[in-house]
Amino acid sequence: MTNGYDILIIGGGPAGLAAAIAARDAGCASILVVERDCELGGILNQCIHNGFGLITFDEELTGPEYAARFEELARAGGIDFMLDTMVIDISADKVVTAVSRTSGMVRIRAKAIILAMGCRERPRGSLNIPGYRPAGIYSAGTAQRLVNIEGFMPGREVVILGSGDIGLIMARRMTLEGAHVACVAELMPYSGGLKRNIVQCLDDFGIPLLLSHTVVRIEGKKRVEAVIIAEVDGRGKPIPGTETAYPCDTLLLSVGLIPENELSLSAGIGLSPVTRGPVVNEVLETSVEGIFAAGNVLHVHDLVDYVSQEAAAAGRNAAAYARGVLAGSAGAVPLTAEDGIRYTVPQTIDPVRMPEELIVRFRVDNVYEDRSVSVYFDGKRMQHRKRSILAPGEMEQVKLKKGDLVASPDLKEIVFKLEEA
Amino acid sequence: MDAFDVVIIGAGVSGAACARELSKRKLRIGVLEREEDVCCGTSKANSAIVHAGFDAEPGTLMAELDVRGVELMGGLCADLDVDLDNIGSLVVCTAEEDLPKLEELLARGRKNGVEPLTIIYGDELRALEPNIADGARAALWAPSACIVNPFQLTWALAENARVNGVEFFFNTEVIGIAQDDGLWTISTTRGGFAARAVVNAAGVYADALHNMVSADTLEIIPRRGQYLVLDTAAGRHVSHTVFQLPTKYGKGVLVTPTTAGNLLVGPTAEDIADKEATDTTAAGLAEVLAKSVLSVKDIPFHETITSFSGLRAHRKEHDFLIGELPDAPGFVDCAAIESPGLTAAPAIGEMVAGIVDGILGPEMRGDFVPARRGIPAVEWACDEDWEALIAEDAAYGHVVCRCRKVTEAQIVAAIRSPLGARSLDGIKRRTEACMGRCQAGFCTSKIMDILDRELADLAYAEITKAGPGSELLVGRDKELGGGGLL
Repeated sequence: MTNGYDILIIGGGPAGLAAAIAARDAGCASILVVERDCELGGILNQCIHNGFGLITFDEELTGPEYAARFEELARAGGIDFMLDTMVIDISADKVVTAVSRTSGMVRIRAKAIILAMGCRERPRGSLNIPGYRPAGIYSAGTAQRLVNIEGFMPGREVVILGSGDIGLIMARRMTLEGAHVACVAELMPYSGGLKRNIVQCLDDFGIPLLLSHTVVRIEGKKRVEAVIIAEVDGRGKPIPGTETAYPCDTLLLSVGLIPENELSLSAGIGLSPVTRGPVVNEVLETSVEGIFAAGNVLHVHDLVDYVSQEAAAAGRNAAAYARGVLAGSAGAVPLTAEDGIRYTVPQTIDPVRMPEELIVRFRVDNVYEDRSVSVYFDGKRMQHRKRSILAPGEMEQVKLKKGDLVASPDLKEIVFKLEEA
Repeated sequence: MDAFDVVIIGAGVSGAACARELSKRKLRIGVLEREEDVCCGTSKANSAIVHAGFDAEPGTLMAELDVRGVELMGGLCADLDVDLDNIGSLVVCTAEEDLPKLEELLARGRKNGVEPLTIIYGDELRALEPNIADGARAALWAPSACIVNPFQLTWALAENARVNGVEFFFNTEVIGIAQDDGLWTISTTRGGFAARAVVNAAGVYADALHNMVSADTLEIIPRRGQYLVLDTAAGRHVSHTVFQLPTKYGKGVLVTPTTAGNLLVGPTAEDIADKEATDTTAAGLAEVLAKSVLSVKDIPFHETITSFSGLRAHRKEHDFLIGELPDAPGFVDCAAIESPGLTAAPAIGEMVAGIVDGILGPEMRGDFVPARRGIPAVEWACDEDWEALIAEDAAYGHVVCRCRKVTEAQIVAAIRSPLGARSLDGIKRRTEACMGRCQAGFCTSKIMDILDRELADLAYAEITKAGPGSELLVGRDKELGGGGLL
């Protein structure tokens, strides 16, 4: 067992780096970031398109540029890194076991741990798409790595299933590299991606987006030869007679991201069935004291700027915890998501311990026009903000003021819901 | 033309078992395989069960070789370092009126010599298997049933045969067989082979080969079985292999843990015409879902990570067909090996070798190597064992497949071993890399890097998923032309 660190951060992507920098800036001098890949920056390294940093830096950067700015700050001192190192276990008493080629198996004790492991892409198998299992079926992120890091094209004639952001980005990327993208099929009647990506990646290149459509069959035994796409009804069931064959050699999937929490489970951390990330309180602490979470491991984000913000908060809180100055929780008020809102992060708030202003992030379950996001304190409406459009692909946020909560004695529940505007 | 004493056609589990058994003799043996690797047909896509032996009709070859296979399997898996778990099986009866059929099955099992075998009821059944469906009345409990890793078993048999001198020819499809002056000549897509004896272990294509040499024709009907595979998070949902007693609504599906810690649910049973149709269908997958809940409740299907189909080599007589053809001396069928073919494989090898002994009368060798070591899997190792592996080879510290915790050392071993992997699927079957919940999303390019580095004759862009025609890439960036949109 090594002597240990005040804070150990699992994952050196955007969340881990932002958390490390914020923790150091908050006065923590003993920080270790453990990263499984050979370099810092995580998935940003393969996101060579622009659109990152508009909020954080007020300018448009590529993924590697955004990552590099954080890496430079992190490398400025006070933070240790272990690269090419895979964490294999976290114990509830905060001993992290990791393996690497250079260090072998190491056990490191930490006063606080920040989970920043990110997420993985949902694979084809989880969709039960019938047909063969040939080469040429890739998750969009795998294809992105092949094209942008390895420098190789996974296909010529492409169909994309799912309109998540990586799928949209890859529609443009494959087109720019000379492939032909026949269409993007989306099961839902709305896109799962950002509006700006639909415009910039599909519309600008004349790539059709087929809403309420899905792949019902994959043809080709060795390599994909065609996919059959059908329209679906209101319950997502394919409508017989609407099948169209798209000859292609490649099917890219962008059908959802899943927070990677297998390690969290090993520490006994409670997960939300909705976000599939840890349940956290106002300081982004999980159900295990001293273990915090931020970024896509907590809930899937669409903008890295928000990952950085959230992770910085986790970093500051973990630093306070490690120094022993984070107040104990005096009680947790649950946040309940209702009527069109799928979840909130955090899921509980201690009014006494919360900062003066706390950002609560959430997603809606459908596309809504002209609705209001309402916040109720024990049945009393405290906020009612009109929104012209809300979509599942765009994360939303509401700010809660400490003063409001403190001024509501014996607060039992905070409800988030959509209402008529 | 290369001349052999014995040519075995097919490198599935039957062919591999025959090859290993025959390699104990002083014979020159060749194995011809259409695919790029061993274990590419039925052997890779089945229930992976070592059946206790109560199912087969007494007096059939199936019954005999099933029971003999069970006897041999434990020692064989120990010798060859193959994962075998003795978890026992339950045949669940869900309808009162079917209880006599359960009794029949018990009687049949006893006649086949399966011991121990008992029927358990209600509370006892639920205590043994808490997630059994509420409608379950009773079950036939066969503690001797096991699950086995079919990829490892086939590969280990073949590798051990290779170490003992058997020569393997992959991507080699047989297109003709003829006998001339007591010698068989086999034409393939990669030239001709001559042999004094031929073993036909060609799976669903065994009939095509059989009919090349015999007037007494054989028909193999591919009987497709579709399965769902659930993540290891669901792997302990049941702790035994749970079969269903056939009902008036038809044959049921099984729910079982696998040796890799997943949960396997299936199969369907559809007689089809196309011997290449290893595809899944919407109807088939729906049937698996619907039937499985009859015997096991609350299966967490949201943990499904993949689905697949396998083709059983069925014939209407529903029995194995093993023997020298009367009208084609020296040609030995090892055909119609459907369930319990995996269980019977060691016994099939033994039987076929005995038949070849009768034809060629070979001497036994004194230097047969009976055992081999598999690739240590860190996923299941305790920390001390993993540390010891890292001390031996630092590459055991480099995790490449995060979901199944497969290290670079394991992948390199899979490539460098005799009959090493040359494709992504080859790596997958040998190491379980790519078999986890991300289904190769993260490790594809990393494994390609290792294949590229290890195999001097294979360029990066030529790396395949499963042999020629399944290339993963189409070229370098910018090579496709077109585009021009910037």
